[in-house]
Amino acid sequence: MSPLRRFLRTPEAFAGAILLAALIAMALSASLLFPGDPQAIAGPAMLPPFQDWSLPLGTDRLGRNVLAELFHGARTSLAVGLTAAAAALVVGAVVGTLAGFAGGIVDEVLMRITDAFQTVPSFLLALAFVSVVGPSLGIVVIAIALGTWTGPARVARAEVLSIRERDYVAGARVIGMHPLAIAFREVLPNALPPVLAMSSVIVAAAILTEAALSFLGLGDPNRVTWGGMIAEGRTVLRTAPFLSIVPGIALVLTVLGVYLAGEGIVETTAVRRGLS
Amino acid sequence: MTLTLLRRRLVGSIFVLLTVVIGTFLLLEAAPGDAVDAYIVSTGGDAGMIELLRHRWGLDQSELTRLANYLWALLHLDLGQSVTFSRPIRDVILERLPNTLLLMVSATALSFGLGSALGIYAGARPGSFRDRFLSIGSLALYAVPGFWLGLVLIVVFAVDLRWLPIGGIETLASDKTGLDRAADIAIHLVLPVSALGFIYLALYLRMMRAGMAEVWRLDFVLAARAKGLSRRRIVLAHVARNALLPLVTMLGLQSAQMLGGSVVIESVFSVPGLGRLAQEAVAARDTPLLLGIILTSAVLVIFINLAVDIAYVFLDPRVGASEADA
Repeated sequence: MSPLRRFLRTPEAFAGAILLAALIAMALSASLLFPGDPQAIAGPAMLPPFQDWSLPLGTDRLGRNVLAELFHGARTSLAVGLTAAAAALVVGAVVGTLAGFAGGIVDEVLMRITDAFQTVPSFLLALAFVSVVGPSLGIVVIAIALGTWTGPARVARAEVLSIRERDYVAGARVIGMHPLAIAFREVLPNALPPVLAMSSVIVAAAILTEAALSFLGLGDPNRVTWGGMIAEGRTVLRTAPFLSIVPGIALVLTVLGVYLAGEGIVETTAVRRGLS
Repeated sequence: MTLTLLRRRLVGSIFVLLTVVIGTFLLLEAAPGDAVDAYIVSTGGDAGMIELLRHRWGLDQSELTRLANYLWALLHLDLGQSVTFSRPIRDVILERLPNTLLLMVSATALSFGLGSALGIYAGARPGSFRDRFLSIGSLALYAVPGFWLGLVLIVVFAVDLRWLPIGGIETLASDKTGLDRAADIAIHLVLPVSALGFIYLALYLRMMRAGMAEVWRLDFVLAARAKGLSRRRIVLAHVARNALLPLVTMLGLQSAQMLGGSVVIESVFSVPGLGRLAQEAVAARDTPLLLGIILTSAVLVIFINLAVDIAYVFLDPRVGASEADA
């Protein structure tokens, strides 16, 4: 059976795949279906959902089209979630490989730095970083990666420690390969699977952190974000709770989709590698 | 042997803390504008005034001198002066800390207690309907952003049903004392604790369940069965007990996450704690205050993990023995 079919066979993974496909479709079609500025005024303010079919989910406090904002917000969530997670995985894998492969003082220093990063609550660190440098999409990505690279670093280090004593590494040493080349061309690729297995959790955490940052008003002010929409809706929570609830549901479904698909992938690869 | 472990962890913690102080100090130094700018924005003043304040607060010295001064002051538990509050930062933080601790301890108790109980319930019969239901349900719960859950709880329980207060830590100007005050605070904490705790509940539930699945396969469970022990006894005394240890480790690791999570929850429920203070510090560009909050959090996280390590030695005698050998 092909890996894809095996992946889709479990109901959880299938549901996750559908949720993610819907999210990606939303992100990609945002400018096609809702061209122009999603933050522009589209109709009367605070129109409830399902009243006017040109504005299916109604409008917010300023009369902006909620559905258009939702589609454009999917784009921000996905972009920030994926890039921040990718950055965290790359930095973590590199730091972990260096620490594990070099050993000694390099290992000691790198791991104490990792400890320090894990001691500071990552959300507080992100908050401080964004407030220092100023909110923009790139800064938010760095701020999130700053708090999430430590997990992959620890996993990569542990894996490298078990790999570096293998025969093929000794072989590479004998033929005179540069230690850095051994570390990154021979050891790192083999240490990657358990690191990559963490990616769904990291993408999910990145999406949630981005939402929390924008909820506190520290997101990119020029972009629609689901967290920002929830914060906007909060000001009229008593009269129009749907303005906060709808983007929150989108957020829950997105993160759930990431988790489910991630579990499915881990299970599929575990079967292939004969682990279960 | 516990002492050796404790001493080694304490020495390690000091290095970590020093790294945190220097790293955060340099990061916040990079911010455009300093405390004087923040002060002048709120009060107004001319160039001479700015010059005078910079000199008085030692901001005209080099970065390295200021770092050294900061570390020296830190040794005396002095975090400096807050511009926004015009008070020592230590006092401001100590005033807010109890609320955050109360929130964190209650949320941890809720998530750990209910999470591991439900985890045992699900893990007692692996693969059953209730196992699958709780497993998917907890995954869904884990996907919920805490601040949004908080808003939904407010809409349902505070706005619609009017059962619980919408925010704050206690009724203002009520001059309640003793038990009345404690009850008042407890009622105010129900919603924020739920919002913060329910997310992590899913984590403990899943860990417990996964841990139990591993233990079920081990020989001693088979032996317990062969001995004719009741299923209830096998689940509680043998399987769950052995699966509980990793959860205790998680308790320490999650403390930093929970402290971060309480920033948003405190903001949603207007709980005057450390997290809201951090947000106020960001809004007011009060960098020394933010630095103080980050350091306090780091110290808190280090102490919690130290406590977890010590608890671990008592829960699992093997740990203390192997650490003493190393």
